[in-house]
Amino acid sequence: MVMLRYAVYRFFTMLLTLLVVSVLIFVIINLPPGDYLSNQIAELQASGQSAGVAKAEFLRKEYSLDRSLPEQYLIWMGFWSGPHGFEGLLQGNYGWSFEFDRPVSEIVGDTLWLTVVVNLAAILFVYAVALPLGVMAAAKSRTWIDYTSAFVGYLGLATPNFLLALILFYYGHRYFNLPIGGLMDPSFEGQPMSWEKLKSILVHLIVPTFVIGTSGASAMMQRLRANMLDELGKPYVETAIAKGMAPSRMLTKYPLRVAFNPFVADIGNLLPSMVSGSVLVSVVLGLQTIGPTLLTALKTQDQFLSAFILMFVALLTLIGTMISDILLVMLDPRIRYEGREA
Amino acid sequence: MSKLPDGRYVDEAPFDPQASIQQLERADLDAPNWVLVWRKFRTHKLGLISGLFLLLCYLMLPFAGFIAPYGPNDRNGEHLYAPPQSVNWFHEGKFIGPYVYPIVAEADLETFQWKFVPDTEDPRPIRFFCKGSEYKLAGLIKSDTHLFCPPEGATLFLWGSDRLGRDVFSRILYGAQLSLTVGLIGISVSFVLGILFGSMAGYFGGRIDWVINRVIEILRSLPELPLWLALSAAVPSNWSPVAVFFIISIILGILDWPGLARSVRAKFLSLREEEYVRAAEMMGASSGRVIRKHLLPNFTSHLIASATLSIPAMILGETALSFLGLGLRAPAVSWGVMLNDAQNLASIEIYPWTAIPMLPIIIVVLAFNFLGDGLRDSLDPYQQ
Repeated sequence: MVMLRYAVYRFFTMLLTLLVVSVLIFVIINLPPGDYLSNQIAELQASGQSAGVAKAEFLRKEYSLDRSLPEQYLIWMGFWSGPHGFEGLLQGNYGWSFEFDRPVSEIVGDTLWLTVVVNLAAILFVYAVALPLGVMAAAKSRTWIDYTSAFVGYLGLATPNFLLALILFYYGHRYFNLPIGGLMDPSFEGQPMSWEKLKSILVHLIVPTFVIGTSGASAMMQRLRANMLDELGKPYVETAIAKGMAPSRMLTKYPLRVAFNPFVADIGNLLPSMVSGSVLVSVVLGLQTIGPTLLTALKTQDQFLSAFILMFVALLTLIGTMISDILLVMLDPRIRYEGREA
Repeated sequence: MSKLPDGRYVDEAPFDPQASIQQLERADLDAPNWVLVWRKFRTHKLGLISGLFLLLCYLMLPFAGFIAPYGPNDRNGEHLYAPPQSVNWFHEGKFIGPYVYPIVAEADLETFQWKFVPDTEDPRPIRFFCKGSEYKLAGLIKSDTHLFCPPEGATLFLWGSDRLGRDVFSRILYGAQLSLTVGLIGISVSFVLGILFGSMAGYFGGRIDWVINRVIEILRSLPELPLWLALSAAVPSNWSPVAVFFIISIILGILDWPGLARSVRAKFLSLREEEYVRAAEMMGASSGRVIRKHLLPNFTSHLIASATLSIPAMILGETALSFLGLGLRAPAVSWGVMLNDAQNLASIEIYPWTAIPMLPIIIVVLAFNFLGDGLRDSLDPYQQ
């Protein structure tokens, strides 16, 4: 019951945060002087095409870009009545992309769930790699296993993601015949889901997952190792060994459970950096996630498109953080529901 | 010191029973903090080496023009995408000092690429302390003397040339000037903001603490890169490279402070209950004075260590932004701008040397990580 109350409380704080974030994003998007349409109008006027000007002026009215910024924000969110009544994010209307001349929802469409898939895969990868390696490195500290994993970990932290992507792609293609670019075979695009398509997506996911996950995995591995080392020095471990417990069972049964806590709590830190990484890597690798679209939208000041994508990315991380917080409370009864602050 | 017949050593100074037997340890205990820190840091070999390396790198920055054989934007139209030239010492078994073979471009009509053929008959020694293109030493003093220059009538591309025939080696040196300072400026911004907000939240508590905490939470829960992208997309494109550079580093700093503020706040929360703080308050010290004189010095060393650990993130951030074309732009030279050329698979496959700037990035980032680890371990000399 208390648990449920905490979950509800956490959900509402998330909504509140999202609201603040939406203001922040709107302000950032509107920082550059002018907007897509006013730039276009200026361009059209300079080249003397008056026909286009009328259309652009019409669009400006249509999307209420001629109003004041606070009003624009409210209309965009759907709190305020626009030219056609309440039509904002809340009502499921994501706006119009001027650059592509299509509704935003149509452009992002498929890419949204592909983004989620890529990030989920990367998170699974991080856990699958960091957990065994971190425990191994701690259990066999100051041996070659420890040093090798530390070295690989440092290298993973230090190599810029996009370079790793390029290099892996090159060698992956050359030696393992992994496909280059994209998230599925072009022939499957727009097709309904099938086993063949799923297989194609999985094969295409290998390199991106590795690239996005590496830095997160190495950071998490180091932290897990440090936590484990702290726990391994405690008397209860000595007692367990003295009583003749098998090392592997001893490790997983006691110290790992305690060291595991920060592991879950870390999702909150891990997720934002992961999503960041996936945006960058998607641009380099040409994945059909929202990364490349975001970049074009930002470069051309396509405000509704970029604002929506930023909102989506923020939502993704906020939901992830919320889940990790709730999981943490479920896993560790020592954490009080009122929050973790001292 | 004299040696006795049985092989023992004896100090010649007369024995003084008055001297305290604890004197040696006394000196240890009275040693200033930095001596203890240095003593411990010295044992951290990797950190020490990294620190020295970084010091050298930063000392090199003002003299980049002197060390680089070419200017950052000197084009060499006849040597586009020239591969790295090797420097040899012996020509046909005879020592003639460092020299290179001149390379000539030949069109390969099968692949439609330029092929560069070294003329192995004609060794040309590299010149030292010679006149070359003009540059400004530390941005102030005009000079045209270079440490070494290409031989007469030949080129010297240690690490190859890029698509406009510019020397990659020279550009890496010039690029270091921006890439390495981005982190410093960014970290100063984040330091000031982090300490300001963190200490306010920790010291005053209450409503201020609540507000600052929420801001920190929000900023930390947002993915950095899209925010960086959005903010740097807002930088007008007609600004000068220098202005863009400063804005970019400030943007990197603005989004970095929450982590620092959190640790500052945590420290303040525990320290503000100490008796010496109460004493200072009783004597009428203003809160600003208590924070600056009594609280901050307690953990500045800690902050320095954590700052060292967050510089790499900024260097990587600048690289990523420039790589995507939203950070620094040509004619500014940074490692990220250079890597922009190596953006596709084709150039990595055909001209692998255009990706060389990744090496200094990796090395510098690693060095900062090791240095930070070493500092963190040694800044608390009383900890075992």
